[in-house]
Amino acid sequence: MKKHILLIIVLAAFPLVMQAADNLFYVSFASRVMIYAIAATSLNLALGYGGMISFGHAAFVGTGAYVASICIAEGVTSAWIGWPAAIAASALAAWAIGAVSLRTRGVYFIMITLAFAQMMFYLVNSMKAYGGDEGLTLPQRASNLGNEVAFYYVVLCLLAATIFLLYRLINSRFGRVIVAIRENEARAVAVGYPVFRYQLACFVIAGAAAGLAGALLASHGKYVNPNVLHWSQSGTLMIMVILGGVGRLWGGAIGAAVLLGLEHLIAEHPIAWLAALLPNYQQHANLGVGLVLLAIVLFAPQGIAGLLAKEKHAAA
Amino acid sequence: MLFLLAAGLTLVFGIMDMINLAHGSLYMLGAFLASTFVALTGSFTAGVLLAIPATAILGMALEVTLLRTLYERDHLSQVLATFALILILNEVVRLVWGSDAALPMPAALSGPVELLPGLPYPAYRLVIIAVGLFIAVILYLLVAKTKIGMLVRAGASNREMALAMGVNIKLLFTLVFGAGAALCAVAGAMLAPLFAVQVGMGENILILAFVVIVIGGIGSIRGALVGAVLVGVVDTIGRAFLPLLFGLVFQPRVASAAGPAIASVSIYLLMAVILYFKPKGLFPARG
Amino acid sequence: MLRLEGVSKRFGGLVATDGVSLEVAQGEVHALIGPNGAGKTTLIGQISGTLPPDSGEIFFEDKRITKVPPHARVAVGLARSHQITSIFRRFSVLDNLALAVQARSGSSFSFWKPVAKETALFDEARSIADEVGLSDRTDATAGNLAHGEQRALEVGLALATRPKLVLLDEPMAGMGPEESQRMIALIERIRSRVTVLLVEHDMDAVFRLAGRISVLVSGRIIATDVPGKIKSNEEVRRAYLGDEVAA
Repeated sequence: MKKHILLIIVLAAFPLVMQAADNLFYVSFASRVMIYAIAATSLNLALGYGGMISFGHAAFVGTGAYVASICIAEGVTSAWIGWPAAIAASALAAWAIGAVSLRTRGVYFIMITLAFAQMMFYLVNSMKAYGGDEGLTLPQRASNLGNEVAFYYVVLCLLAATIFLLYRLINSRFGRVIVAIRENEARAVAVGYPVFRYQLACFVIAGAAAGLAGALLASHGKYVNPNVLHWSQSGTLMIMVILGGVGRLWGGAIGAAVLLGLEHLIAEHPIAWLAALLPNYQQHANLGVGLVLLAIVLFAPQGIAGLLAKEKHAAA
Repeated sequence: MLFLLAAGLTLVFGIMDMINLAHGSLYMLGAFLASTFVALTGSFTAGVLLAIPATAILGMALEVTLLRTLYERDHLSQVLATFALILILNEVVRLVWGSDAALPMPAALSGPVELLPGLPYPAYRLVIIAVGLFIAVILYLLVAKTKIGMLVRAGASNREMALAMGVNIKLLFTLVFGAGAALCAVAGAMLAPLFAVQVGMGENILILAFVVIVIGGIGSIRGALVGAVLVGVVDTIGRAFLPLLFGLVFQPRVASAAGPAIASVSIYLLMAVILYFKPKGLFPARG
Repeated sequence: MLRLEGVSKRFGGLVATDGVSLEVAQGEVHALIGPNGAGKTTLIGQISGTLPPDSGEIFFEDKRITKVPPHARVAVGLARSHQITSIFRRFSVLDNLALAVQARSGSSFSFWKPVAKETALFDEARSIADEVGLSDRTDATAGNLAHGEQRALEVGLALATRPKLVLLDEPMAGMGPEESQRMIALIERIRSRVTVLLVEHDMDAVFRLAGRISVLVSGRIIATDVPGKIKSNEEVRRAYLGDEVAA
């Protein structure tokens, strides 16, 4: 509990410190990290706790982003309308996609979610009215949250709410059932749970949260384009989840922070000896990401949160 | 050609129970290697033929060092690890070859051939179809009729039992993987003149390949063939006719916007419909 | 209570279940015996709903359940324990049982209230743990239990759903003599509350517990009768019992 309070204080004070130092870039960056934290956490619910390996989660982020953007583009600029609309749209998309996909299992499920995401990608790509493949630039953020610090606090509150809701969900009856289904689906059926209904509900909740992240993302950059729905984005979210810790409360947040933080560091702070070895290594950053991911899968599948938990146990 | 990729993928997945997202990367490697060999030897055929074993060897090396450890792991780990492999291989290719390479169509085959009077068809595409069919037949004979094929199928259905009976499963799996890689190389090299040889070419076709084997049923070569044909047909029809259909029903502006999108979406719809009724595909080889 | 009529199932060329008609009366312990490969687990699968029969009908309390999905059969009171232990290995014993109890006590579409506060759930789970002899192992992780304890948990999970009829598929599989005695005692304890269809190889247990015995050979029922008559049935001895059973 003490750790949490400390964390809250640090996060709350951060933008004020940055503002004083006249360095708002990092406030904006932090907002971006937190938005991805929400998205990764939503995926963690479906994937980490629910065991549903969805390679199409970016579709829900994208749906939220586009619905929110379209609202603003059409003149409905209040976040109170735009963001709930985004959440509702993503939830609906998740419901539709989940209803078909969850009849399948294993690799079939992975593939069909991937395919649906691609479908949405192509669909959005062809929406010439809203930018098509060039994307859509927005005149403003929702509810005029142009002030970086104000936006930061809004996102912080939403992230905190998301994680708290996840916490309650995991410990509720529903959470238990979802994890049990992941553990041993046949057994869950054999004790009488209608597995499909539970998984669908979990999928929809995850999709809805992803939609929120999408809406925030659109406002943050005042720009949205079809790439946000591309399956490689789903891959990025998955990397965040496994990096941070599959099935762990803070997994999504930690993963987002670490991945985006590293990306930023690599891009902005060249390492001299590495550059000497491999000129313009920064353009091949993906190589590093791939290697790190591989290492994690092979050697530390519990992610960072898992490693931290183990250390706590070892010390105790 | 899609069939070749799908066949390799379905074998690896069906037999070794491993989801290999990097399969598309082998396809890409095959194309890049072919472009190098063609440039070196000056002959299209020689280049392609050299690329096949080269890719197979690379594939087997990958299998022995890395992918072996993934057989025992859960699907999520396999997905993530092979996804990591895609990232790594993409960058490696970029480092070695740059972002793209050239592989021009052989002059002899670039003209049209008259299939029937008044029905010209590009000669090269005919060659592709012929090669595809030829390999399909060989694969079928190998898997269904030969001793090796039987070993492969036995290893798939019950690994421990086959091991107990003295079958060298590790070697078998490596060979199967190599075969899959070889198929990728053929597809990559042969399709290269038609599509660009570039980093990332693997991913697009990988999704299609997965769609094919999911429709056809994982582990079934017959399913891969049927699936590939179905996908090809639906895709072509979709692209040709759906925009027209839309144009009839909707206003031109909507039709021109939505039409192409719906067309590329048609194969995914096909997959969704098939999976809805048959969640394990049309010819599931495993129970 | 449970009635099968002409149930058949084939896998490719293999006929696993061949026109099986069977009746289990309320309150009895009905044993199903037969050689390995006779199709006992396949039959249980069809009764529990995980395996759809190719033909025939299944009735539970005179209602047709042939097309009812497995989870719904649990809801009407038909539970099952598996031949190959299937438990939630990473949960504790108590959590395992609580999950099963939870399935039958109200909706689990509850997202906010922590389960830990639902003492009624855990009390009932504890009483089931007592019933199956796991009262001192409630906090152990299910995957770490000894084989016999896991089999007991397997039965416990079936009982936790408050069934009217329970299908026990070789509950004594892999158990030593002492553990088997405990399982026999358990079944004796529950028979007053629950109808039992028992699949077993342990003849000692079968003849002690069963009110009636059905013999399944190659997918067909060749005899259904009281234990004494089954023991002396010529066909049954030939197909299965041989001279193993003391007359």
